[in-house]
Amino acid sequence: MLIVSCLTCLGAEPGLRPFYNRMKSLRKYLAILTWCAAAGLALAADSGGPDSPAIRKELVQVILGIDGDRQTLLNDLSETGSKLVGDTLLAWTRGSIYLYPSPDGTKQPVLLEDAQDATGKARAIRLSDGEFLKDAAGKELRFGDNDLIAADTDMRLRSAIRQTVDTLALASPDKDARFSAVTKLGNSQKSMYVPILQARLTKETDSTVKRAILEGIASLQIGDRDPQVQIAAVGHLAALHSIGNLETLQKLAASPKTDPQLIKAANAAVGSIQSHIWWVNFFGTIFRGISLGSILLVVALGLAITFGLMGVINMAHGEMIAIGAYTSYVVQNLFGTGFAFAINLPFSFMGKQLGFSLSLPGLNATGWFYQSYFLFVLPLSFLAAALAGLVLERAVIQFLYRRPLESLLATWGVSLVMQQLFRMVFGANNVQVNSPTWLLGHCTLNDVSFGYNRLFVIGFAIMIVLGTWLLLAKTPLGLLIRAVMQNRSMASCMGVRTTRVNMLTFAFGSGLAGLAGAFLSQIGNVGPSLGQSYIVDSFMTVVVGGVGSIIGTVYSALGIGTADQVLQQLLGSPVLGKIIVLTCIILFLQWKPGGLFAIRGRSLD
Amino acid sequence: MHKPTNYELWFVAVAALFLLFILPGLNAFTAPGSVLHVSDFTINLYGKYLCYGIVAISVDLLWGYTGLLSLGQCLFFALGGYMMGMYLMRMIGDLGQYHQPIPDFLVFLGWSKLPAFWQPFSSFKFATMMAILLPAVVALGFGFLAFRSRIKGVYFSILTQALTYAGCLLFFRNDMLMGGNNGFTDFKFIAGHDLRLPATQRELYICSVLLLLATYGLCKWLTNSKFGKVQCAIRDSENRVLFSGYATAHFKLFVFVLAAIIAGLAGALYVPQVGIINPSEMATDKSLEAIVWVSVGGRGTLIGPVIGAFAVNAMKSWATRAYPDLWLMFLGLTFILVTLFMPKGIVGLPAQIGALRRRFQQPKTDASEVANSKRVEEQIKPNLK
Repeated sequence: MLIVSCLTCLGAEPGLRPFYNRMKSLRKYLAILTWCAAAGLALAADSGGPDSPAIRKELVQVILGIDGDRQTLLNDLSETGSKLVGDTLLAWTRGSIYLYPSPDGTKQPVLLEDAQDATGKARAIRLSDGEFLKDAAGKELRFGDNDLIAADTDMRLRSAIRQTVDTLALASPDKDARFSAVTKLGNSQKSMYVPILQARLTKETDSTVKRAILEGIASLQIGDRDPQVQIAAVGHLAALHSIGNLETLQKLAASPKTDPQLIKAANAAVGSIQSHIWWVNFFGTIFRGISLGSILLVVALGLAITFGLMGVINMAHGEMIAIGAYTSYVVQNLFGTGFAFAINLPFSFMGKQLGFSLSLPGLNATGWFYQSYFLFVLPLSFLAAALAGLVLERAVIQFLYRRPLESLLATWGVSLVMQQLFRMVFGANNVQVNSPTWLLGHCTLNDVSFGYNRLFVIGFAIMIVLGTWLLLAKTPLGLLIRAVMQNRSMASCMGVRTTRVNMLTFAFGSGLAGLAGAFLSQIGNVGPSLGQSYIVDSFMTVVVGGVGSIIGTVYSALGIGTADQVLQQLLGSPVLGKIIVLTCIILFLQWKPGGLFAIRGRSLD
Repeated sequence: MHKPTNYELWFVAVAALFLLFILPGLNAFTAPGSVLHVSDFTINLYGKYLCYGIVAISVDLLWGYTGLLSLGQCLFFALGGYMMGMYLMRMIGDLGQYHQPIPDFLVFLGWSKLPAFWQPFSSFKFATMMAILLPAVVALGFGFLAFRSRIKGVYFSILTQALTYAGCLLFFRNDMLMGGNNGFTDFKFIAGHDLRLPATQRELYICSVLLLLATYGLCKWLTNSKFGKVQCAIRDSENRVLFSGYATAHFKLFVFVLAAIIAGLAGALYVPQVGIINPSEMATDKSLEAIVWVSVGGRGTLIGPVIGAFAVNAMKSWATRAYPDLWLMFLGLTFILVTLFMPKGIVGLPAQIGALRRRFQQPKTDASEVANSKRVEEQIKPNLK
């Protein structure tokens, strides 16, 4: 409780504005301190209670400069990992700690509260226990800035304090904080931190931080005067594949003053690190390629069903993707503040302007409930696009099964109409779809970073492919679909209701496009022409994979996605890469005109 | 196609007379205030439509007669246009913004001297030749590869779409030294004439009419010859033609290249009249638009595409002004309705109405019988192939 109040005041102090924001996590600090004390890490000799009066006592001692060497005390304090210590010491270097001459003749370090009264005076908080200063009558004392003398520091002391603050985070219970502290010290080029880091290494338990400490020590030791130490350090850096130190090593190898043996070691290290970087880039590119391929796969899978299995060229497939993406926008808004639109047509009827408007109230959800909106998006985007596909099939496509080229033209017309509808409802500009927090961020494995949203897309693509395969191969509906696709009239003769099967198949293919749209809304922009940018790619994917073959679509989507990313990396230009991929596809079809997995048959059209 | 051609010939003769003599005559020899006066704007607009008409004929030659739905005609059109555009850029001379002897965008990109491949484009003859040659060579290369591996039907459409897309992406790049995103514009002179003068525009318009007539004549002759018969046979059943001993790939390649040349020439005439060429002319949408013209006008005929090009573009000019937001919707709906209900387009409309009237005049039982037999016929047809 004491720490809470003290930190409140610390945060409220004018010179410590940045800390103010951290007040929200006061309870966390309290818990952390408890943990430190319990673990016996922070206070070896005179471990205190949860609110660690021992730390406060030491702080007071350091500031007043009594009872012992300040340096030793500071070293002790740096071992605590306590936030309170860091904040107080920083306040001290800024001259925000005041000395209050108490009635018994001793001096007490205090902080002034942020809130001032009309006369510009504020309450003072005693550092030793975090209570407000009171006079004998129990009334709170108030001071102006000039009423008290600030506890002063000299240059040597300030640098010692800064070092303490720097190393303080090394003992922090949070491993990310430790990691960044180690990195900071490692890059400081001050060899005085080497023993501190080495001492920390023996206590460290987390492997990532341990690695960072080793890297930090080695990079500090490069600046050592002894060439043997330097060579050993260079060897360590090479073994650790330290990308951050590549430039230092290159400079070292190029410097004329360097020992020849060291140059040799440095050159070897540079070579090793560079090859490591190459591999990191390689795997990063492959990962991005596979994730792009997965998106392409989800987009193309819907097309593989409508185009590959049914033989209908659906140019409006791209708009089905856009429906999915806009569904996620609408659902997001329904979870938030609501969704409304109004269309005014440029026609009037009996003096009234014709138009249409809709307004849906939002749930105003927050927290995890808002973040979970994406879970609702997935089924809804599928259903919305499937419904649109159903209407399209009934209204237009059912008349064109015998005329595939004309289905291309009519569906292009549909695509134009739908794009215009999107513009009218959602506006011509891109709309904002926020990713839920659990899809943001990434994890790093051996310097290769994997974005969660990309991992999610890959995982989901696998599930969709499996689901599609199961539907087609293992369900009665799948059997009917395959029968109708193989021979429509024969299936019809056997009593299969072909119109219904057509309807369902087309709706399913469109629904997959809608799902793809939901993913795309998490990765790219959502606008009226979203679908157009994917339609050419996905048609190519289906053609390369072999029309009518789901597994072929999988291979070709992953292949095209990866080739696209690799070429982008090699050529440094996305457009040129795309052109080369398109050219390669045209040439590939010379070799295998039916695609990767051409369906063999005896029929001749 | 198999109707007496007299109607068509009469129509063409009257239209040619009107377009070639009456319209430019009214533009040149009547005063601007007079009722009969045709404004410079109209002449320019019709010149544009005529170029579209030429492209439409080339699309029809491929689609209506040979059964190849190419989505790459706008690529050839734009390539022809770019070749002429290079010449026109050279003709600006040092009248550009930077007053340099090389085109403005090259100065902007940091060039001080003309790149080697730009050098010969100072010659009008060379540019015209390239407007024919470049589309022809691209079509020859692509067509050779595509037809050799027997890519047909919708796969051909998709591949040509990819080709166009690749070309479009390529021309968007600044390193192509073809103007990048902005393309070429701000032209001043063509073959010594000032492009901003109405007289020059009128001459270009007359050239367009002549080219359209020449294209029409050539295609008429071609489709009526034995070659045309083979073309239609390929459209209806390629395998039978193949089994009869014809090298269908060669026929298709020839038609593809010819159509590319026609489209390239149309592009070369289009650019000086419109005054701008940029990569958006290569977007797949443009190819599809050209296909709309053919489909609205009536495919498998040679006047249909031209009528369609005029009709759709006139509607576009009106709709983009009257209902700018809804224009795309009009176009899309037209496309859907024409495909579903007017498979033969405007040209086929009289026959369609006639058939409908006959059907209603007959007693009901007969009508259902006719419909039934028709349905049976339709179902048998694909199996007969």
